[in-house]
Amino acid sequence: MSARAIRIDVRDNVAVVVSDVEAGGSVRLDDGSHLTATQRVPRGNKIALAAIAAGDPIFRYGEEIGVATTDIARGDHVHTRNLGGRQ
Amino acid sequence: MSDDFTFEGWRRPDGRIGIRNHCLVLATVVCAAGAVREVGRRLPEVVAVEHPHGCGRGGPDIGLQLKTLAGLVQNPNIGGTVLVGLGCEPVSVGLLSSVIGDAGKPLKGIVIQEAGGSQKTADQVEAMTREMLSELAEMPRSPGTAADLTLALECGGSDTFSGMTANPAVGKAVDRLVAMGGTAILSETTEMIGALGPLFRRTENDEIAAQLKKMVDDQEAVTRQILGAFADRALAPGNVESGLSTIAEKSLGCIAKAGSAPIREVLEYAQRPSKQGLIVMDTPGYDAESMTGMAAAGAQAIVFTTGRGSPAGFPGVPVVKVSSNSDVYQRMSDDIDIDAGRVLSGMTLDEVGEEILSLLLRVCRGEKTKAEINRQDVFAIAQTHQAL
Repeated sequence: MSARAIRIDVRDNVAVVVSDVEAGGSVRLDDGSHLTATQRVPRGNKIALAAIAAGDPIFRYGEEIGVATTDIARGDHVHTRNLGGRQ
Repeated sequence: MSDDFTFEGWRRPDGRIGIRNHCLVLATVVCAAGAVREVGRRLPEVVAVEHPHGCGRGGPDIGLQLKTLAGLVQNPNIGGTVLVGLGCEPVSVGLLSSVIGDAGKPLKGIVIQEAGGSQKTADQVEAMTREMLSELAEMPRSPGTAADLTLALECGGSDTFSGMTANPAVGKAVDRLVAMGGTAILSETTEMIGALGPLFRRTENDEIAAQLKKMVDDQEAVTRQILGAFADRALAPGNVESGLSTIAEKSLGCIAKAGSAPIREVLEYAQRPSKQGLIVMDTPGYDAESMTGMAAAGAQAIVFTTGRGSPAGFPGVPVVKVSSNSDVYQRMSDDIDIDAGRVLSGMTLDEVGEEILSLLLRVCRGEKTKAEINRQDVFAIAQTHQAL
């Protein structure tokens, strides 16, 4: 059983998981696509939908919510340790 | 049901309409808190409001206190007021009465140092209040519509789902209220940091856009000064725990409460709107102070979204609580009126928006919200400096 993740806008490079996902767990988007979580992603947290290079913007709601502070892989948990505000 | 947004309220001499007809007993100074509290114990039907302000403040903060207390007295949900002062404070009964002016509503005052102490004051206030309550009970009702309503928007204890469920569902209700001629106030300037782009696209003209930019830039500068390197994470621990990572992420979710109507005016704290439709007010992100500013501006109801589960209400102004997830609704059903978490399990934002608007109409028609039942009266005035 895969966990649902919600991508709010087509520009978004992260989605929010609706339930806890363990590392290696399958995540399903509403468009029917799937990806695999590389790390544990707690409910309500963000998962990267694509590789994001350090310094690149991260989008949610179709708007920039900050920049990657390290290289992020598809399936990684995105939170305060790899996402920071733009100075 | 909400297509016919009409209710019977109390039309005040200034033209605004109350959805409640409360008797307010208001301390002008912290030293009057005991007497006000005593009257509240004796007469639970009054709205008894105390606060921690008094001496040790400079001009700007005394101005904020005067404007806010006067605005609360003038709020259309307040039918009449008894002011309780001490006698040697800057915001005295006399000064506050002159700022309130003649609103055509019953207004009385008492000064503890002249009345002979706390118990004698409480006895006299109780007598004045009993008389005022009978007077208010005789006031006739008048019909009101959505165009008479000013709705304050608030969030507190946000989580990562707030911007996907509760806030955009409130936004749907706000769009419909505004389309019916009503007014909604978006506040919490701290929670506009990082969200100027989408707000700009909705301002009615360049002047409003410039006011909005200055307001948010100033707040961002203050936030950076206070929080330094942590400014981008101007979040409460509960926000971060729930999955929110940056202030911009929280802000973008927060502004979803305001729906999609154009922004028509930018107000100072506690300033009364001069236009109808969607309005922005400059307030702290701190929910207690933000609600107080909007109530002082005349909001007759507040819709408050919460992810973590806030019980906060407001004295004299019904607060409708909307949860962003079903877990917190089930855990805190004593405090939360509507569960927008059902959006995650298939309900649409329009459907939850309709529920919010229907409840708001029932509240205008007299139904009590959970916060009213719980008497969760939170009141806090925004200040610019520390006490001296």
